[in-house]
Amino acid sequence: MSTVITASGLTKQYKTSMALDHASFQVESGRIVGLIGPNGAGKTTALKAILGLTDFTGDLNVLGFDPRKQRDKLMEHVCFIADVAVLPRWLRVREAVDFVANVHPRFNRAKCEAFLARTKLQPNQRVRQMSKGMIVQLHLALVMAIDARLLILDEPTLGLDILYRKQFYQNLLEDYFDENKTIIVTTHQVEEVEHILTDLMFIRDGKIVLDADMDAIGERFIEVMVNADKADAARALKPIDERQVFGKSIFLFDGASRAQLETFGEIRRPSVSDLFVATMKGTYA
Amino acid sequence: MKTFYWLVKREFWEHKGGFLWAPVITGGIFLLLNIMTIITAEVLGAQHGINFGASGNLRHVIDNMDAGDMSHVGMALDLAMYSAMGLIVTVLGFVIFFYCLGSLYDDRRDRSILFWKSLPISDTGTVLAKLASATLLAPMIAVVVGIVVGMLQLIILAIVLSFHGINVWQLLVLAHPFRVMANLVGYIPIYLLWALPSAGWLMLCSAWARGKPFLWAIALPIASGLLVTWFDVMGLFHLPTGWFWSNIVGRGLLSVFPGTNIALSASHFMENHGGEPSLDIMNLSQTYSTLALPQMWIGIIVGVALIAAAIWFRRWRDDS
Repeated sequence: MSTVITASGLTKQYKTSMALDHASFQVESGRIVGLIGPNGAGKTTALKAILGLTDFTGDLNVLGFDPRKQRDKLMEHVCFIADVAVLPRWLRVREAVDFVANVHPRFNRAKCEAFLARTKLQPNQRVRQMSKGMIVQLHLALVMAIDARLLILDEPTLGLDILYRKQFYQNLLEDYFDENKTIIVTTHQVEEVEHILTDLMFIRDGKIVLDADMDAIGERFIEVMVNADKADAARALKPIDERQVFGKSIFLFDGASRAQLETFGEIRRPSVSDLFVATMKGTYA
Repeated sequence: MKTFYWLVKREFWEHKGGFLWAPVITGGIFLLLNIMTIITAEVLGAQHGINFGASGNLRHVIDNMDAGDMSHVGMALDLAMYSAMGLIVTVLGFVIFFYCLGSLYDDRRDRSILFWKSLPISDTGTVLAKLASATLLAPMIAVVVGIVVGMLQLIILAIVLSFHGINVWQLLVLAHPFRVMANLVGYIPIYLLWALPSAGWLMLCSAWARGKPFLWAIALPIASGLLVTWFDVMGLFHLPTGWFWSNIVGRGLLSVFPGTNIALSASHFMENHGGEPSLDIMNLSQTYSTLALPQMWIGIIVGVALIAAAIWFRRWRDDS
């Protein structure tokens, strides 16, 4: 397994705020990493740094390239879907395929046309005549036909209906992802990606506050539903979060002993969104 | 090279309206206006009983023309061809001006730059392809359209005259359509070099401005011109204030308009070769004499610097 991204001390200062504050992380090949954080936490800045779209201080190595200096070479191996609205509105489907086929050395035209055949897109249709969902279908067909090693998705399903959203991730998993590829995705719709992620990264105020694979997260974080009579005992173990449901308390523990927690009540693996809420408490306060 | 070709092709797809349809429609309107003028003239002539061809006078005049007169008729016909070009080129100037201003700004505004930047294309390639689209592709299309319209114009004139009993072909052989074509096509490289500082300035504004590139591109040179005028800065260099306006403000904004070098090169040509200016103003030896002017070469150097700055901003401007 090779390392796709190595970042250390990544820092980006905007006029009034730190978008990235000495963030360090590594991404291995063959992973699907969810980069999750509240608005303004530095997710997009981190992705832009990886893509060489912004300047920063610190060390960053993406597929052996420095994105600041070797961006043109790097982009042969990296694909990127920013969000649904970035395809130019005048572009026709036919033109998009022609253009990418002729400027991208790793583009497979037949593959792209096969993906497009599964949609309602017409060769002469312009982006401005498409719905948001159709634009994403076009963009995804272009990107999936490129044999890239790293795919970066920044809020790729924002504003899509649930059918398109489900189809988007399903296509990625079934027709694109394999052990040689790596996907980094940011989204606020955590529930939808949670089951496909292999790794989870939380970012807050420009710092990586959690970086672990999903198995490790299942080991480390435990949610337990406790009856009112045992609530005080559970509280003594310093849960990181507590909420009430139907007169019972649900506690979220970080690194507590599983055997001990089982004595309080039913234990389960917390959802990413509950974990997120617990970790980000007080962000906007 | 293949990537560059497709980058230029992409510009053509996006700007087909300005690059192709604007000259075609202008040429069409030009021909239409000509035809309407001819019809009006014919109708008025018939109403007043003036029938200039049939009396044989005009025939007589042509028969009695000597070689010198003949060459003037030929020049006049060439001018008729250039006149079609003149209108198209004026429109082309506006097309190129606004194309350059939007070239590196529009895709930042609608964020489609994120799509283009997700492809393995260098920013240098992108900017140079846009420059080539403005200063080579657009003029070439306009020249081809202009030549077709000019030829149609000649044919229309010839047909009208033939109704008045004048031998069409006798007159047409006096024109020099191929020389006109060569002059127009040959002018394009001079246009490219002459337009460089202006195209560079507009593209730099386009790559740099966070909003309203038009205002920045216009306001900065005009404001500096006003300051220079107000404080008579040029007096320090023993130059008239007008020098700043024509060589800095004018060059920076207006030399994307084709033909703006011609007045300058014509006077320069006259100084060196003496005599009256040739009626054939597009004569290549005259247009290429611009290459002897320091204004040309300083402009090229400044233009290259401006383009380099535009490439830098294209690479690092981060506002998406």
